[in-house]
Amino acid sequence: MSAVVVVGAGIVGAACAHSLSAAGAEVIVLDRGSVASGTTSRGEGNILVSDKEPGAELELARLSRDAWLEVGEELGRETLELEEKGGVVVAASPEALDALSSFAAAQRSAGVTALDVAEPRELEPHLRAGLAGGVLYPEDMQVQPVLAAAAMLEAAQRRGARFVAGADVVAGVRDASGRLTGVRTSAGEVIGADAVVNAAGTWGAQVSERLGGPVPVLPRRGFILVTEPLPPMVRHKVYSADYVANVSSSEAGLETSCVVEGTRGGTILIGASRERVGFDTTLDVDVVSTLASQATALFPFLERVNLLRVYRGFRPYCPDHLPVIGPDPRVPGLFHACGHEGAGIGLAPGTGRLIAHHVLGGGPLAPEVAARFTALLPDRFVQEA
Amino acid sequence: MSTFRFDDVSIPFRDGQSVGAALVAQGILSWRTTRLEGRPRGLFCGIGICFDCLVTVDGVPSQRACLVRARDGLDVTTQEGSGYAAE
Repeated sequence: MSAVVVVGAGIVGAACAHSLSAAGAEVIVLDRGSVASGTTSRGEGNILVSDKEPGAELELARLSRDAWLEVGEELGRETLELEEKGGVVVAASPEALDALSSFAAAQRSAGVTALDVAEPRELEPHLRAGLAGGVLYPEDMQVQPVLAAAAMLEAAQRRGARFVAGADVVAGVRDASGRLTGVRTSAGEVIGADAVVNAAGTWGAQVSERLGGPVPVLPRRGFILVTEPLPPMVRHKVYSADYVANVSSSEAGLETSCVVEGTRGGTILIGASRERVGFDTTLDVDVVSTLASQATALFPFLERVNLLRVYRGFRPYCPDHLPVIGPDPRVPGLFHACGHEGAGIGLAPGTGRLIAHHVLGGGPLAPEVAARFTALLPDRFVQEA
Repeated sequence: MSTFRFDDVSIPFRDGQSVGAALVAQGILSWRTTRLEGRPRGLFCGIGICFDCLVTVDGVPSQRACLVRARDGLDVTTQEGSGYAAE
């Protein structure tokens, strides 16, 4: 039996523990904080295919969507607040609609269900009048990420996994051949392992350096506004067509695009802003007011609704906007599963399966399925000697 | 003394008092019920953070009683659920 240390108890670490323990590995999850104490608790819980162009990330999103439904089956949809609510992307102008339509056409050819919507108000009655059109993505879903991470970790623990909170990994332990044989924690404890999975999210770069196989993962700050609880007013995840352009952009400055969705609790979440400002947690009132005005432009009723609070988090991004998933070619025994940017919740269970495949050599995925994800391997960040 | 209306009762207040403080001074400790289980809520934090003490003021729902300054003739009503009519 393989002993696997997973560093990070966010949604990705929890999903890795879930998949690895299901495949028979002996798993220990370490987190310097507690469950879901990083980026996992700072998002909206999106499980999206709608914002992804054809390629490895969309493939992972589709694999993960199926995996989320299976996780929902196993652990209970109510427990996870998993909802097949669908996403609606709206275009304000005919030009934006053209761009959206060709994006959707490319996604359709990759197997995504994308339905043209002439009048988005038929789906979302409280949208403003006069939008050019939209696309409905029935496959988009939502989950409560903190509940989901905790539930997957608990399921792994029922299969014998261990979870240690407050354990900061400070270094790797290697044998004479250079193979990683365990990790050392800040308490000085050495935990032996046949494999170590770096699932440290936005802090994945630091952990990768400590373990001797650096990968570039950087923070991209985002704010989310939370309204007071309301009766159901927004049924789908609704966002403007310029969101996709913002997600894939490499601008350092502030970018905002309007994303609006309700939650089971009745609050409405309003995003999304993107800035590369390091780990600066300062509240930026200008960002908050920009997001609020974009949201009220799309849903005029929001003008009369109170905001309860604002939270912020740091998306973990790699320079090429793809997650880094797989074995590190420099350090035998080290595997990366981080850098999912704003899509980590949605991509988590597929990542867990892919990691189980890489770590255990086989596992839950057929080889031809795993071959679709070679673009995500860490090799792309390793310079040839 | 100045008063505002709270449902069918007249509530006296001192100048500068919040709606919440004036209600508590009259021995009224809860004025809202929760959305899911209908449980009673009143002042909790008292400083605008917790959103527990919500009331409807002059027809506008979800105002924080701890922050709304009492004014003569204000019409304050208890709030059930979100305070908004269902869709």
